[in-house]
Amino acid sequence: MSRNVLSDPATEAADPIQLVAPDGSRHHHPDLDAVLTDVNDDALAELYTDMVVARRIDTEATALQRQGELALWPPLLGQEAAQIGSARALRPDDFVFSSYRENGVAYCRGVDLDDLLTVWRGNASSGWDPFAINMATPQIIIGAQTLHAVGYAMGVKFDGGDQASIAYFGDGAVTQGDVNEALAFAASYQAPVVFFCQNNHWAISEPVSLQTRVPIAQRASGFGIPALRIDGNDVLAALAATRIALERARAGDGPTFIEAVTYRMGPHTTADDPTRYRDRAELDAWAEKDPLIRVERFLATRGMAVDGFREAAEHRADDVAEALRQGLIAKTDPDVEDVFGEVYAEEHPWLARQQEHYRRYLASLDDSGDRTPPTGEGDR
Amino acid sequence: MSTETAQREDARGTQTLTFGKAINAGLRRALSDDPKVLVMGEDVGRLGGVFRITDGLQAEFGPERVLDSPLAESGIVGTAVGLAYRGFRPVIEIQFDGFVYPAFDQIVSQVAKLRYRTRGRLKMPLTIRIPFGGGIGSPEHHSESPEAYFAHTAGLRVVSPSNPQDAFTMIRQAIASDDPVVYFEPKRRYHEKAEVDLGADLSAMPLGAARVASPGTDVTLIAYGPLVKTALDAAQAAADEDVSVEVIDLRSLSPIDFGPVEASVRKTGRAVITHEAGQFAGLGAEIAASITERCFYHLEHAPVRVTGFDIPYPPSKLEHHHLPDLDRILDGVDRAMDRPNSLTGLVEGGA
Repeated sequence: MSRNVLSDPATEAADPIQLVAPDGSRHHHPDLDAVLTDVNDDALAELYTDMVVARRIDTEATALQRQGELALWPPLLGQEAAQIGSARALRPDDFVFSSYRENGVAYCRGVDLDDLLTVWRGNASSGWDPFAINMATPQIIIGAQTLHAVGYAMGVKFDGGDQASIAYFGDGAVTQGDVNEALAFAASYQAPVVFFCQNNHWAISEPVSLQTRVPIAQRASGFGIPALRIDGNDVLAALAATRIALERARAGDGPTFIEAVTYRMGPHTTADDPTRYRDRAELDAWAEKDPLIRVERFLATRGMAVDGFREAAEHRADDVAEALRQGLIAKTDPDVEDVFGEVYAEEHPWLARQQEHYRRYLASLDDSGDRTPPTGEGDR
Repeated sequence: MSTETAQREDARGTQTLTFGKAINAGLRRALSDDPKVLVMGEDVGRLGGVFRITDGLQAEFGPERVLDSPLAESGIVGTAVGLAYRGFRPVIEIQFDGFVYPAFDQIVSQVAKLRYRTRGRLKMPLTIRIPFGGGIGSPEHHSESPEAYFAHTAGLRVVSPSNPQDAFTMIRQAIASDDPVVYFEPKRRYHEKAEVDLGADLSAMPLGAARVASPGTDVTLIAYGPLVKTALDAAQAAADEDVSVEVIDLRSLSPIDFGPVEASVRKTGRAVITHEAGQFAGLGAEIAASITERCFYHLEHAPVRVTGFDIPYPPSKLEHHHLPDLDRILDGVDRAMDRPNSLTGLVEGGA
């Protein structure tokens, strides 16, 4: 029975905003173009190089996992434009709160390559100093970081700073309570935060249609947050959208939501097998929209020598990959002291006692690792 | 600044304060001393909290330092984590013990682990205040004792003051600590009054220290939070029967300061542990095991636990059965003392 008083949710969205089409042609959008006036050929070449490097880091890390040098790796293949475009819109003093897949963002933030893979080798629970690059280390709990981003932005507002924070999360996260609470808090406090959702269509094996019946960007309006829905494989759209969101944040206009519609070309992680849940045809269709190829095509339309750019970018990517590999292989295993260190800032007698008992146990082992208990009576 | 405010802030003398007002005074002092301290939670601003613990603080420090939060506990704790990244020291009020569970993930997966995850680069100096325990005749979810969940979580400190002086001193120590502290307030003691030295030296007794609340020689009675007063009353009643009970107020539940506990049990050879929380895998289990490990050759009797039952918190008309009271504690003392008690003659098999 139809009831006219009920409004229908809009389940179809207009096509996402696109500035560079898959064939390399340039579409124009007055608002987005207005924030890209400084993006000249050199800037385009830099964005392209960043994307090539991000892809190369990803390929190298996947290879390192296959060779047993990494325990696990979450590929970003296909999401280079969304990550590079958004990250290059940020100022160094803005703060990033990401999931575990934003390795392209970390690269743009200037992460020490030696620190990028530490987590995935199992050497530490995080790789880099968050305050060295103003980026929190990868968050594994889905969506938890969005609240941290909002809290950080609230702090910026309270202490009078002009920075912004940005929360990166995926389509799988949008059902999480934390993400919905983050949107509510951000709206209530008008926090200078950017919600950057990479809709890569898959949360491991679950399609985005299981998370939402409406386009993700439309959820934001229910919280009173303006949203943009962009082609996430278009680096210029990602750059422009994020610049607009940051401009709003710095002007005191509060949070903005960006849905970057992209595609996870690879598995969820190196432990995943996507052939069990998605069709080859879907992958092939998205390969046609590859974010790197379309920049090459776009550069060609501007009369730039693409082969030369590609060669230079790949040369740079080779250097990064080599540094990544050498840094990883040179890493020594963590020390046993690290098991107990930095659980607490202040004295903790219980843990100190446990650590001392374990030290004594280790000391009781001989060089071949066999137990050699002291002779004599029992433990007292 | 008004004259009244100036006087309050300068107050360093001794005043008679309720437990609740002592926490309020501690929060006020922390807000005055450090501009990075924030108070946040549901109804903590204009209303002053449902228990009025934050009464007057928003009026004095403004809505950007004493924040009314939307009703989402995970959101409150998660945004506090972000504020800590920005250098703030958030003090969170969870309105009631039974409302903390939506925040459990942020507390366990983020607050507790971020220091370790970042190898000490990120401080997490949050204080999470939780009014806890029963005895106030409330509906479901308003009388729980969830401390064991947090005590079991590495990276957190868990404390519970038992009297107004400790309430004042320990809230300031908790806020000053660079570790996250879960601060359990015995809500049924909020209206009890005592002298509070507002100039008390914070370094005199560390946040983690246990103390002998009442000396004795025959049996050690270990309590914390709301049951310390009950334990002291029980000790007095036992004295009438010529049993000398030494009461230990743990104050810190994680870590536990076993020094005074061990010293006492070595002297008495007998230990009774009491808490409102259920018995199974509760703090009493850890305390009994640790006493047994550390004082085995001094024990005259197995450690005795007098606790709440292993049930969901009962309706308030039944809570007097559930909550350990003076007589149940004395019955536990009798068991530890090998005196006739409610279990005398009971032959138990495995159950």
